[in-house]
Amino acid sequence: MSQSVLILGATSAIARASAHAFAARGYRVYCAGRDMEELRRIAADLEIRHGTEVKYGRFDAEATDGHRAFLDGVTEEMGGLDGLLLAFGHLGDQVAARDFSAGAAVIARNFTGAASILGHAADYFESRGRGFIIGISSVAGDRGRQSNYVYGAAKGALSLYLQGLRNRLFPKGVRVITVKPGFVDTAMTFGMPGLFLVASPHYVAERIAGALDKGGDVLYLPWFWRYIMLIIVHIPETVFKRLKL
Amino acid sequence: MATLTTQLCGWGRYPVHTCELERPDRYRDFHPGAVPAIARGRGRSYGDAALNQNGRVLLSERLNRFLAFDRERGVVRAEAGLTLEELLAVAIPRGWFPAVTPGTRYASLGGCVAADVHGKNHHRDGSFGDHVLGLELILADGNRLPCSPQEHPDAFWATIGGMGLTGLIGEVTLRLAPLESAHVVVQHRPARDLEQMFHLLEPSFDDHYTVAWVDCLAAGRDLGRGIAMAGHHAAPDELPSALRAIPLEHRPQRRHSLPFDLPGRVLNPWTVRAFNALYYRRQGGKGRFLAGYESFFYPLDGLLHWNRMYGKRGFLQYQCAIPTAEAFQGIKALLERLAASRRPSFLAVLKRFGPQGRGLLSFPTAGYTLALDLPLRDPGVFALLDELDRTVLVHGGRVYLAKDARLSPAAFRAMYPRYPEWLEIKRALDPEGSFSSSLSRRLAMGEEE
Repeated sequence: MSQSVLILGATSAIARASAHAFAARGYRVYCAGRDMEELRRIAADLEIRHGTEVKYGRFDAEATDGHRAFLDGVTEEMGGLDGLLLAFGHLGDQVAARDFSAGAAVIARNFTGAASILGHAADYFESRGRGFIIGISSVAGDRGRQSNYVYGAAKGALSLYLQGLRNRLFPKGVRVITVKPGFVDTAMTFGMPGLFLVASPHYVAERIAGALDKGGDVLYLPWFWRYIMLIIVHIPETVFKRLKL
Repeated sequence: MATLTTQLCGWGRYPVHTCELERPDRYRDFHPGAVPAIARGRGRSYGDAALNQNGRVLLSERLNRFLAFDRERGVVRAEAGLTLEELLAVAIPRGWFPAVTPGTRYASLGGCVAADVHGKNHHRDGSFGDHVLGLELILADGNRLPCSPQEHPDAFWATIGGMGLTGLIGEVTLRLAPLESAHVVVQHRPARDLEQMFHLLEPSFDDHYTVAWVDCLAAGRDLGRGIAMAGHHAAPDELPSALRAIPLEHRPQRRHSLPFDLPGRVLNPWTVRAFNALYYRRQGGKGRFLAGYESFFYPLDGLLHWNRMYGKRGFLQYQCAIPTAEAFQGIKALLERLAASRRPSFLAVLKRFGPQGRGLLSFPTAGYTLALDLPLRDPGVFALLDELDRTVLVHGGRVYLAKDARLSPAAFRAMYPRYPEWLEIKRALDPEGSFSSSLSRRLAMGEEE
């Protein structure tokens, strides 16, 4: 039977494009998210375009109590899983920094929920001794900035979590890849001022799915963000704190 | 929802209007909202049909999902943002082809419905709307109205060709035509003048697809010189033996891109005349040959951004249809006026239409249609087109709204006699005027007079 991948947060533009990239490579796909009407549309589209088997179901990142049962259900339905793409995320807005309840939701979705499901997935793949976990983090997690540090903190935590997971699972034959997209043309960024070199979801998705055929642990997309962030993280804090970023 | 305020234009790059764009990702967010809006698919209409000066434009490009594909019956249901290119990629390997396709595969299904587009087979198969089995129309209040020739037929036939003004076209169910091969058997026949051209466009020379290219700089004795082109999907026994086992496979068209605006002067009477002479000799002498479906149906899609050819000021496309009885005289008068103007039309296409369809504002009508591209260099071109409008009206014809950027409200009313009937349905479906575009306001669609 062909390989299978679980996509969490499957209704986002990057996730949708990634599902197509995996399906085009022959993967069977399980799309998970909260919006069942959207999932039904996405699943039908994937099946028709790629002729592959697609299933979908409800997954809520914040309902961590149900994560174990959810994963068990998916692995059973798909007859085992070969990989997972964690694509959910929530930008929130600047209010999140001032209003803790809004900030807590950003942290709960981007980090706590991710840590919960990734923990279960790690156990699953570890016990099988193979598989892959791809987590979509963000360049915003590489350095705290006044404009989105709650989101940045949550994504930064996710990056560290994935790094730790990679360290733990490497000897077990499980691949863990951290993806750090820069600006991608999605609903999250549409109409946002001051963006440059915006990548299409298709571009990002092709490289995410393609990363499995190559080496590499941390994938900046597009590639030049590695160097942009290299510069940004090396700006001395005494200078950085004075910048309006 | 996040919005992007930007300068927007159609394929002809004139006019350019300031519009507030929204691009829903989710089907339920494809919703009219409180402020008047118009939907926009892939921006392949030429003028201002998918613009909304200082207003909202709802992009359907991320709502492009296939929802059902019946391989046995050739019926597809998809969201309106799906392009014909995407449809072809799925349909051709399964032995199906759009029953009607316009000259670009980058158009969206929603756009094809809203403009009730036609193809080279209109004389045989009618327009796009004749193959739409049903639509989901999203009304001003957000309700989803299923409509088809059987269900809410008024709403359906007001939406087919209704320029997106009855509601948002959300989902389209389309009947496809069976396809035996991805190749087309083409026959080119040169015509030395308009009389011979009309002769070659008569039914006795018809194939599944028939269309003609006209050299519109040819004047006097040569007026109407051109090439009649006929074709049909190749049957397996018409294919060379190497292709017979794999009739639905094809080598994709090489695509080039025009990376920048050509200076406006590159296309002038001399260069176009030279091109036309060469084209007439080369294409006219080709006789019968086998072509890939892409080069036959979508010759211009091979050059991405070909609209840059006309320079940054853009161009006007003028397409009219003239009823059969008056067609020869009318087209002759138009070509004479055009030749005398010495404005080169790089593309001039002539075709015989079949009977008028049921879409209340649909363009095709029994007769002949002529399409011209006119670079926008000076305001004189508007005066010329006003003159052509009068000629078209004298001969009982009409102008195609999907290509228009400058028709007057009075001329529109004279050309579309079913407009009052359409308006009544539009008012019932959209009492608050929630759907409005630059085109609809220019033509005062929504008012009787």
